[in-house]
Amino acid sequence: MMSEPLLTIKNLHVGFDIYGGHLKVLDGVNFTAGKGEKVGLVGETGCGKTTTMKAVMRILPIPPARVRDGEIGYKGKDLLRVNLKRTRGVKGKGISMIFQDPTAALNPVFTVGRQLMDVVKYSTGDDRSGDKIRDRAISALKDVAMPDPERILSNYPIQLSGGMRQRICIAMALVTGSELLIADEPTTSLDVTIQDQVLRLLGNLVEEKGNSTVLITHSLGIVREWTDRVYVMYAGNMVEASPTKELFSKPLHPYTQGLMKAVPKLTGEGIAEGVTGRIPNYLTPPPGCRFHPRCPHVIPICEQERPPFFDVGDAHQVACYLYKE
Amino acid sequence: MTQNSQPTFWSRKREGFGRGWYKFSRNPLSIVGLSLILLIAFLAAFAPFVTPYPKHAGVFVNFAEASQSPSLKYLFGTDVFGRDILSRIFFGFRFSLLMGVVVLVLVVPPGVILGLVAGYFKGSWIDTVIMRITDIFLAVPPLILALAICSVLTPNIFNAMLAVSLMWWPWYTRLVYGLASSLRNEFFVEAAELTGAGRLHILFKEILPNCVSPIFTKMSLDMGWVILIGATLSFVGLGVQPPKPGLGTMVADGRIYMPDQWWITVFPALAIMFVVLGFNLLGDGLRDLFAVEEV
Amino acid sequence: MAEKIVIVKDLKKHFLTSRGTVKAVDGISFSIKEAETLGLVGESGSGKSTVAYTVMGMYRPTAGQILFRGKDISKEARKRPKSLKKQIQIVFQDPGSSLNPRRSIKQILELPLKVHGLLTKKSGTQQVERLLEMVELPLDYMYKYTEAIGGGEKQMVAIARALATDPSFVVLDEPTSALDVSVQAKIIKLLLQLQRELHLTYLFITHDLSLMRNVATRVAIMYLGKICEVASAAEFFQNPVHPYTRMLLSSIPVVSEAEEALKPKKILSRGEIPSPVDIPPGCSFHMRCPEKRDNCSREDPEMVTVGEGHTVRCHLESQNADSHVRSIRIPTGGI
Repeated sequence: MMSEPLLTIKNLHVGFDIYGGHLKVLDGVNFTAGKGEKVGLVGETGCGKTTTMKAVMRILPIPPARVRDGEIGYKGKDLLRVNLKRTRGVKGKGISMIFQDPTAALNPVFTVGRQLMDVVKYSTGDDRSGDKIRDRAISALKDVAMPDPERILSNYPIQLSGGMRQRICIAMALVTGSELLIADEPTTSLDVTIQDQVLRLLGNLVEEKGNSTVLITHSLGIVREWTDRVYVMYAGNMVEASPTKELFSKPLHPYTQGLMKAVPKLTGEGIAEGVTGRIPNYLTPPPGCRFHPRCPHVIPICEQERPPFFDVGDAHQVACYLYKE
Repeated sequence: MTQNSQPTFWSRKREGFGRGWYKFSRNPLSIVGLSLILLIAFLAAFAPFVTPYPKHAGVFVNFAEASQSPSLKYLFGTDVFGRDILSRIFFGFRFSLLMGVVVLVLVVPPGVILGLVAGYFKGSWIDTVIMRITDIFLAVPPLILALAICSVLTPNIFNAMLAVSLMWWPWYTRLVYGLASSLRNEFFVEAAELTGAGRLHILFKEILPNCVSPIFTKMSLDMGWVILIGATLSFVGLGVQPPKPGLGTMVADGRIYMPDQWWITVFPALAIMFVVLGFNLLGDGLRDLFAVEEV
Repeated sequence: MAEKIVIVKDLKKHFLTSRGTVKAVDGISFSIKEAETLGLVGESGSGKSTVAYTVMGMYRPTAGQILFRGKDISKEARKRPKSLKKQIQIVFQDPGSSLNPRRSIKQILELPLKVHGLLTKKSGTQQVERLLEMVELPLDYMYKYTEAIGGGEKQMVAIARALATDPSFVVLDEPTSALDVSVQAKIIKLLLQLQRELHLTYLFITHDLSLMRNVATRVAIMYLGKICEVASAAEFFQNPVHPYTRMLLSSIPVVSEAEEALKPKKILSRGEIPSPVDIPPGCSFHMRCPEKRDNCSREDPEMVTVGEGHTVRCHLESQNADSHVRSIRIPTGGI
């Protein structure tokens, strides 16, 4: 059912040292992205999704962050244990990242062309002639449907709109030829109509080139339209994993169900509160299942042990004792 | 909820202090700086009690023991008048710290207030008037201004402080002007204005608290600079007058005896260096302390 | 019949910049009845925030009128009477920047009370406690600073601050755009509950159409400084007329099949949103409009009524209206 795995995160534990103690953020995260798959990672602020991806990219601020356990498998290597110098190659050639704010991701004092060509140069490690690099950059811009690519090369980011900037960031991510693309809320700062454009473009490109993509977002609507498989994350744990269609027709974890209820619907049913309470304090996280204090269906075992993933059908897994078979 | 569940005033202060100390002490050098300054302040405050030869700080002559190199009896040696250099350095710290504190006390309040007002009214005539006056003071080379003032007035430490103050205040105005003119566009200032808060409130309760961090950091670094300039003025004879033991004066006194009786100059110079170093490290720590961190 | 407490007539706000005149708001008219919520929807550059800020008095109107309870208040906040500031309040989009990080929550909530002389020495703390209870925040938050609390909670403090002076009209500028879905749900429920209890009138601004559907009584959609369509919430979503409205509705991601069925057929949005400095002549939307006609690039259409309380600014509709409902044609105005 799932294609050959490309990225495998196993039992990842990451914490942060702060005043007053240690924040146990990631509490045994498991995640897989297969070749050519579009995987969604849904969760709210503070659930640890960005921390997870930063751990994959080895850009966690260590200290105060600390990786306490776990492994991140990518193409047969454990990224956590590989020498940092060697991971530079992986970062460039294997995995690329697109960030939420394209304005902050682009350097305002260099032209778009200069930045794009720098990426080509450093990632392919090429000493091709300047012209070949320029051509590569232009073809990358064409791939992202930029009008008039030659002119864009000499523009500065500030001269372009938000949607165009994000498309340039996508071009920069794809031109490295990486097989895995991590997009962290790539359209949150864009208008709805532009968001639609950018996502459709990203979808087409990904299918054309066969990349795997991890799309991190807090928008369930985007996940539904755009991904093949979804992980739902809460307070440092994956709580549900499922093919996208199934998640929306049959959300199982109480948190997922709460989220679905809380999303305002176009059909005008009013806004249900969905999930009461607030996210746990990572200094003293609740024992057992981290969601149990807010769960409407809590049972005694929930307070004692963290539930593992239980299989509930076609590639659908839930970390909840309600579904223990 | 009952009143009892509210944290008490002192428990809040303790919590705030604990959190502050955590932020400050992340960098070990900040602790080094703080220790240095505390040590120097202690030595300065209790000089008459901790120095081996307190009388040597005043008028004192003992040619029998003059120009002794450092020994167990006189740890930093003696100068040409037979005065113990170590004791004089401790007393010298008093002048240095006094200079720093007085100048900052004179300079910071008016400088900050002018900067706040000019920044908040940026674009209006108030801004123009204040900032052009500031520019004029900044245009004069600082040391020249200090020298000019000191040579017109009687050379002593008080006039040196006055001179340094006159050339120092514009830096605070400039600093706060930049901060205030960007802060006034923040939404929380807008929100306070829309509610109807008066100008005084906005300036002192909304904008100023957000300037505190750079101001305090600058003050700490400035202590070092002011002390250095004070020592320079004493060095050229316009600050602390002999026989008073200003550190710069001592460096000047010993200059002609270099390099044979090196201790007369070198130890006071090192003392100046450590004071300045201490304040610089402390300043870095203060900057960390005031950083607003989001978890 | 509820009274219209806010009436805006042909409001314009232009900014002079080095690149030209930015016509952020270029002739807007609307009215809001007491205890109702008017939703203002639009993308970036539409001018919706500028409308909010001008109504609040953060900007001086370039032209047009703002009436509050019959009185003309079309001036900057500085020139408005203090008693008015008690009545009209605003909640900003980003609570991180609308709350002073160097002030405690107690100080933040006390300020409006102090300014309007509502703070009594004896019961000051109790008044702040009452405000915290109103937004369901724990009482010990009083002494905290904003860095210690989450985004949703900060926004609740901002709401408590807005309600401290017992206003009758509250402007909400994208109050939940920066927040997660579950936090948003909590805040919206709170806002609607407070509206019922305190009889509040809201001007609610957002770009999130699904949210708008569940919050607003009536919806107005803006594009490049002008209103394109106004209708009651149900009508707006069941029977959208303006091509821009239909384009926007067709692009939003939804979470259920039922909603998909409600969306107009997918209209691929082409091109970029033009900058407000460089507004195209004629109808400002014609360059992206899939139904463009000849006169769209020459003449700016006028507002036309197409149903009960439903007006649209589009040449297609003017033509239809001309042909059968001539008598109801309303010139550049609103409701």
